[in-house]
This record gives sequence, C-alpha cells and structure tokens, in this order.
Amino acid sequence: MSFLSIRDLNVSLANGAPLLRRVSLDVAAGEVRALVGESGAGKSMIGKAVLGILPRAAKVTGGSIQLDGEDLETLSPKARRQRIGARVALIPQDPLTALNPSRRVGPQITDRLVDILGWKRAEAEARALELLEEVHIQAPDRVMKAYPHELSGGMRQRILIASAFAAEPKLIIADEPTTALDVTVQKQILKLIREMQQRHGTALLFVTHDLGVVSKIAQSLTVLYAGKVIEETDIKAFFAGPSHAYSRALLAATPKYTDPDGSLTPVPDSVIQAVEAEIAAFDAGQMGTVRA
Amino acid sequence: MLDARGQIRRLPGVRLWLSGGWLALLVLAAIFAPLISPHDPLAQDLFAGRLPPVWEQGSDPAFLLGTDSLGRDVLSRMLYGARLALIVALVAGTLTCLIGATLGLIAGFFRGWADLIISRLIDIWMAFPPVLFAILLIAVIGTGLTSVIVAIVVIDWTRFARVVRAEAMSQGAMDYVASAQVAGRGRLGTAMTEILPNVLPTIVALLTLEMGIAIIVEAILSFVNLSISTDQPTWGGMIAEGRASIYQAWWVLVFPLFTLFLTVLSFSQFGEGLKEHFDPVLR
Ligand SMILES: Nc1ncnc2c1ncn2[C@@H]1O[C@H](COP(=O)(O)OP(=O)(O)OP(=O)(O)O)[C@@H](O)[C@H]1O
Ligand SMILES: [Mg+2]
Repeated sequence: MSFLSIRDLNVSLANGAPLLRRVSLDVAAGEVRALVGESGAGKSMIGKAVLGILPRAAKVTGGSIQLDGEDLETLSPKARRQRIGARVALIPQDPLTALNPSRRVGPQITDRLVDILGWKRAEAEARALELLEEVHIQAPDRVMKAYPHELSGGMRQRILIASAFAAEPKLIIADEPTTALDVTVQKQILKLIREMQQRHGTALLFVTHDLGVVSKIAQSLTVLYAGKVIEETDIKAFFAGPSHAYSRALLAATPKYTDPDGSLTPVPDSVIQAVEAEIAAFDAGQMGTVRA
Repeated sequence: MLDARGQIRRLPGVRLWLSGGWLALLVLAAIFAPLISPHDPLAQDLFAGRLPPVWEQGSDPAFLLGTDSLGRDVLSRMLYGARLALIVALVAGTLTCLIGATLGLIAGFFRGWADLIISRLIDIWMAFPPVLFAILLIAVIGTGLTSVIVAIVVIDWTRFARVVRAEAMSQGAMDYVASAQVAGRGRLGTAMTEILPNVLPTIVALLTLEMGIAIIVEAILSFVNLSISTDQPTWGGMIAEGRASIYQAWWVLVFPLFTLFLTVLSFSQFGEGLKEHFDPVLR
C-alpha cells in the first residue's frame, strides 16, 4: 500500500483545456520517486493538486488522491489542510519567494509545529534550532532572528529544507529544489536533501527535469509529457533502457556523469510528433467516453 | 554565514526627523493651544485691525504674527486651527485607512465575488471628481466636524482599497503564501500573518499621506464655507478670509497657507520615511 496514491487525476483550466490527463502516480512510504518532464509538462500541477494549492484557474475534474488510504477529496477543506499539514511538506523551487520577507525566519519554521501539532512555542523553537543545526547552519540562534533578505540563497534553501522536515512529515514534495541555485550550491543542497530523507525515512516526490540528478537520488521514476504519464518504472530499468521512445530520447539528451562532454542528441522531431499524436488520440478517446 | 546585509541599520534619516519634528511641534501646539495662545482666537478688536507681524513697521509686539481685519490675533487663531486640522487628520485619516485597507485586502486576497463587488465600486467611485463629490455630500448632510470626516472617508477610501488590493494580489501569488496554506493555515490566518505584514509599510505611508489630504480637504471645505461653523478658527477659513485682504494684509493669508503646506508635506514625508524604516527589505 503506497503512502500517496494518485489515480486517474484530471486537472483542467476553467475553459476546459486539460493540464493533467488521467495521471496515476504512487509513492510508497520511504520511497524516492522522481517526476521528470519538460517545462510546462504539469509536474508542479501534480504537487499542487496533492497539496491543495492549485491556482484559481485550475480545477480537479476527475480521479482521486489518496493519502495513507484516505481519499482527500472526501474531506472538508479544513480537515484536508490539517491532514496535509501534519503529513506532507513542500520544498519549493525558488527560495527567494518561499520565505516571507517581512517575518523573521524562526517563526516561519515553527508555525506549523504550533498551528498543526499544537506544540508550545518554546518547544517548537528548540526543535527549530535542532533542525537548523541538522541542515548545517552555523549560529542557528542568530539565523532564527534574521530576516530572509539577510541570508544567501543556499542558506534560505537549507532553512526551507529544515522547515519541511520540522513536523516529521511522511511525504515531502520537492519541486525542483535546486534549479534556482548555482552549481556548487546545487550539489550541496541535493546531498543534504538525500541525507535528510534517509535519516528521517521520509518518502520523497522529487520533481526535476535533470535526469542526471534522478540517477543519484531516486528509486523510481515517472515521466510526464503534456500532463500525461508517458512512462512509470524503477530507476535501474529506466537507465538500462526506457520502454517509451520519448523517454529514450530524453535519456539520450541528458549529459552523462561518466562522460559530461560526450555528444548529445536533442529529442528528435519525429519522437515529439509521435508523442503529440499519442496525446491527441488520448484526448479524442476522452471526448468519446464523455459523450458516451 | 549571516552576511553583512544583516548589519546594515540606516539612521532614521533627515526627512524622518524634520517631518516628525514639525508634526510633533504641531501636536504640542494643538494640545496646549489654550495655554500658549497669547490671545483669545475669537476676540475682536476693531482698533487693532490688520496689524502687521512684529518685524514690520507699525506692529504691536503683543500680536506676534499680526492681526486680521477684525483685529483677531493670527498666531492664536493658527494654534487653535491646528487642533481642528489634527483632529480631522487623525480621525478621518484613520477611518479612511481602516475601511479602505480592509476592503482592499478582502478584494485582493480572497478574490471571488467580494473582489467583483469591491472592484466595481472602486471603478464607479473613481469616476467622480473627489472635491466636487465632497462639496455635494456636505451640502446634503450638512456642515459640522462629523460631516467633514464622513465626507473625507467616503471620497477617499478607494485610494487605500486600490493600492492594498493590488499589493495583496501580488503577495497572494508568492510561494510563502502557498507554503503557509500547506502548513495548515486558514485563509484568514494567512491574510493576517503573511499578507498584512508585507502590505503594512505601504498602508502606513498611505495613512500619513491621507492625513495630509484630509487637512487639505478640510481647508478646501472651509474655504468654500462648508466645513465647521464659521466662528471656529480653521486654517482654510483663515486663508479664505485672508484672500480678501491680500494686498493690505498678506500675513493673514500667508502664515496659515505656509503652515498648511508644511504640514501636508511633513505628513507625506513622514510616511515615506516610516515606510523605508519599517520595510525590512528596503531598510
Ligand atoms: N496559474 C495558471 N493559470 C493557468 N495555467 C497555468 C497556471 N500555472 C500553470 N499553468 C499551465 O499549466 C501547465 C503546467 O504547468 P506546471 O507549472 O505544472 O509545469 P511544470 O512541469 O512544473 O514546468 P516547470 O518545469 O517550468 O516548472 C503549463 O502549461 C502552464 O502553462
Ligand atoms: Mg514547475
């Protein structure tokens, strides 16, 4: 029984344009699943649908999201927030806009512990200090009192990681947590996330478009194209040879760590056309089922 | 690892001191007007009419800033006028701010039908020329301090609503708002802890600006004789009276006008200074 289980999830815009096309995705307890796809494929949408923070224009139009065997759509908004708040956390893409500039860092970490878990403020602060040390921040007591703009991007991302692990969630959704950082910091942050995930035994849905990163962190992988799951497999099988032509092309377009300067082939047009045709056929099929 | 940005603590700055100093002086003058006024602001002395300020020829040292055509002491009238100006500024400014900012926050953060209604209202409001609107309003509800305050609130709440709505909307799209929701905060809680603190510096700047505007509106209403009763000294009333004798007694017009100007300027500068001082990012 997986911890997060998404079944046939449809998300569309108000005008009916589909953003997610019957997406099914599982994350088992303690598992790291990578979610890859090019920009605009809908990776963030999946995370947002789970967390209940879809943009106004987008609505869930079908399917189900189960957390620990409980269907989220059947819960009241308040119960849902409580459930998510206690069990799921988010490491966002951009550490610049993920911390409130007008609040000190400390309360932003302890909020959830106080709000959802009902901890006393002093306990929550002690825990936050512990966590900041765990993510290798020096002088954590000073950082707690700092405003976000006083900290570097890497520091902020460490804080967000600490904050995500604060309530010991069962699942963390990391939405491209390193794209906004420079390469050296990226490596440190990735290592940190991996280290924290292993120590806490947290399941991780790791959103990225970097297959190189995937091989280092994930056990399983879902490939998304235009809001549709193209391939769903475990890491070894994927790197041994993906079954879908698009995934194969994607893999061929990724630099290898063993040979970073080796020749790269961009995803060929023929493959794109084939996958687009697949999407069109799928949409036509959907129309059919709706009409029937 | 904390970098130097944390150590930067800019001094409050000259403009905050200058404008704050003037406003503090004004508040003291208004509070202690009965004690420090050399004369009764209403006492007429037709034999001492149009006396110039002390540094001019033919002045009377008892009337520091001279007298008006009815022989009333200009300085005393200005001191009492400050009371009214400040009451209007504080009460009307604060009420306008509370109402406008609340509606703006609701529209900008909660969106939906509330935003639809509030935005339409703002659009309709913006179509009226504000001063004309105020004059019309007073003509209908009658003169008096309360009417002046009501008129200012009614014509000016949109200034806050518009700006706060726009800021709340852009704040609402930030990741930290989403994070707060993921962490289980309700909509209202999110608005209070995540949105409001970020909009607050702007609200403060607008509030002080509004206080200056309230003084101007009161002066305009006094000028057209639609403000408080005529025998109460107000800056606007003095300016209106001084206009009639500008060539014979410039001081009746110039002193209250200059005070008005300085006060309105100080309010807006004070607001900008405060905003800079309290905004953690600008600071
Ligand atoms: N607020 C919104 N309103 C309407 N459409 C949106 C909104 N946000 C995203 N979309 C659309 O939804 C689709 C999926 O977006 P999403 O952010 O999930 O992509 P992504 O896979 O996360 O891409 P990236 O790698 O760039 O983050 C895109 O086509 C995008 O145009
Ligand atoms: Mg994204």
